[in-house]
Amino acid sequence: MQTLTDDKKKLLAEKAGDIRRSVIEMLVQAGSGHTAGPLGMADIFTALYFHVLEHEPRNPSWSERDRLVLSNGHICPVYYATLAHAGYFPVEELKTLRQFGSRLQGHPHREYLPYVETSSGPLGSGLSQACGMALAEKMDHGQNSNKYIYCLMSDGELQEGNTWEAVLFAGKQKFSNLIVIIDRNNIQIDGFTEDIMPLEPLAEKFSAFNWHVIEIDGHNFDDIISAVGEGQAVFGRPVVIIAHTTPGKGVPAFEKKYEWHGKPPTKEEGEMALKELRTLGGKIKSEND
Amino acid sequence: MLNTSQKLNPKLFDLNVEQVPIRDGFGQGLVEAGEKNEQVVALCADLVESTRIEKFAKQFPERFVEMGVAEQNLVTVASGLASMGKIPFTASYACFSPGRNWEQIRTTITYNDVPVKIVGAHAGISVGPDGGTHQMLEDIALMRVLPNMVVVVPCDSVEAKKATLAIAENGKPSYIRLARNKSAVVTTATSPFEVGKANVLVDPDRAEVAVIACGQMVYYALMAARQLEAEGIKVSVTNLHTIKPLDMETIHRVAANSGAVVTVEEHQVVGGMGSAVAESLAKTFPVPIEFLGVQDKYGQSGEPGELLEHYGLGVKDIVGAVKKVIGRKKR
Repeated sequence: MQTLTDDKKKLLAEKAGDIRRSVIEMLVQAGSGHTAGPLGMADIFTALYFHVLEHEPRNPSWSERDRLVLSNGHICPVYYATLAHAGYFPVEELKTLRQFGSRLQGHPHREYLPYVETSSGPLGSGLSQACGMALAEKMDHGQNSNKYIYCLMSDGELQEGNTWEAVLFAGKQKFSNLIVIIDRNNIQIDGFTEDIMPLEPLAEKFSAFNWHVIEIDGHNFDDIISAVGEGQAVFGRPVVIIAHTTPGKGVPAFEKKYEWHGKPPTKEEGEMALKELRTLGGKIKSEND
Repeated sequence: MLNTSQKLNPKLFDLNVEQVPIRDGFGQGLVEAGEKNEQVVALCADLVESTRIEKFAKQFPERFVEMGVAEQNLVTVASGLASMGKIPFTASYACFSPGRNWEQIRTTITYNDVPVKIVGAHAGISVGPDGGTHQMLEDIALMRVLPNMVVVVPCDSVEAKKATLAIAENGKPSYIRLARNKSAVVTTATSPFEVGKANVLVDPDRAEVAVIACGQMVYYALMAARQLEAEGIKVSVTNLHTIKPLDMETIHRVAANSGAVVTVEEHQVVGGMGSAVAESLAKTFPVPIEFLGVQDKYGQSGEPGELLEHYGLGVKDIVGAVKKVIGRKKR
């Protein structure tokens, strides 16, 4: 992975802005879908698809590509927008989200859109699938796999039993090429995670299961990329990056409000959001900057 | 009486007919599948010996993974393996897999259409002393309702081996149902077997009833057919080893040849093999059907033989159902 230059950082910020605007446009057009998660994960998706991943958008089935599993499929608007802006399919197609006959299903379906590594939506099973991919590499190449397997998860799905079966398993397998990024935005449909079903102390939980844990600001490109770099360097331990993100990031009216987890903006709200995002430029900054 | 083209066990009706657990055939088939194709891998949820995955685990330790008591992870890790080109066989008891992890099978295996093999051991009432929790009677229904899934219920250990080899190479999500107890060996190495093609084991020119069975109930159906023949009643007996894709052509033929059907399975009568047959015949050739299976109840502890009899799956029950359905035919 290349180092992050200032020019590249500027480019990433621009891309993240494009992706956020696409997300708002898609959701307004679709009239249903999730808003907060996609906006909150735009910087991480951008960093992955425009800097981190070994992939070939024009040869999507390239067998040596890194694999990325999106476990919490409901944030797919940001996934689709990122894939389109990265060149997998025309940006124009994004407006078909959730419509009859569209490849952009309400939750990702690999049969419709082969650029996604798996279908997802029901929570808690993405990590296991990523473990299966890492296991296939381990069977074939031992600890010398040249592919990284990334798994993006929500914090809410850490309440699923299946997730912890996979956490145990990855610790046992001592994977050297599994990097999990948790969107720690503290919200879920019914409220704040710590009210619904507390997850803290989260870092300690993963450490206790023999994972290498990194905590970052999920809106800071330096943080994201250096954490992934550290994760790639860790040998014989699965890696979890707990990315602290702001749900709805970029549109102050949507930020940190769990009410925006599962609903789309109206046309008017969408226009307001696009205006905010247009004037935002590259100004998204982490709260620590 | 027996259809010679089926090359069945010549000692089938001997009192000391060879008895082998159906799961043994799976264990042998998996080793052979592993020898033929190095992409075949196996995962087990803490039941290595009793699911008979042990032989594979010993022969190919680098291709075997112990998953612990975690059936949801068992099948979802397998989905990830399959997406990387592996052919994973996942073994547990049927009541746990597919009993506990149905949604994971649906979303990550059949919705993705990846070739993971679900091996459901200890299915049916014949599990015996372990009791009702462990006697899986709903798995055929759970698996056949899923688009893309292939569902195979071998009638004996010989067929289980062939079925295992066949599904290893079919490129589809597949479920294979195995029984715990020793049961009669009905077929031979040379008996025809093709997934999706039912075998008519007793095929008279003109039958009064078509008996359609799967799993070890095929042997019971043959025993009933012999007793009925002695009473002057001719029936056909079909081994419907593949519940999905369903061989509608053969089902239609045997139903049309007799005008009445009895289905026999070690499963709830709701949603199982008999239901699949009825759905098919309702579309092509509606005839009276008697459904033998567990009648909307749970099992209990006991020996396999006494349990099968108690729940209405004995030879005498099949004979009785044949006579009853004859009475329902339009004269």
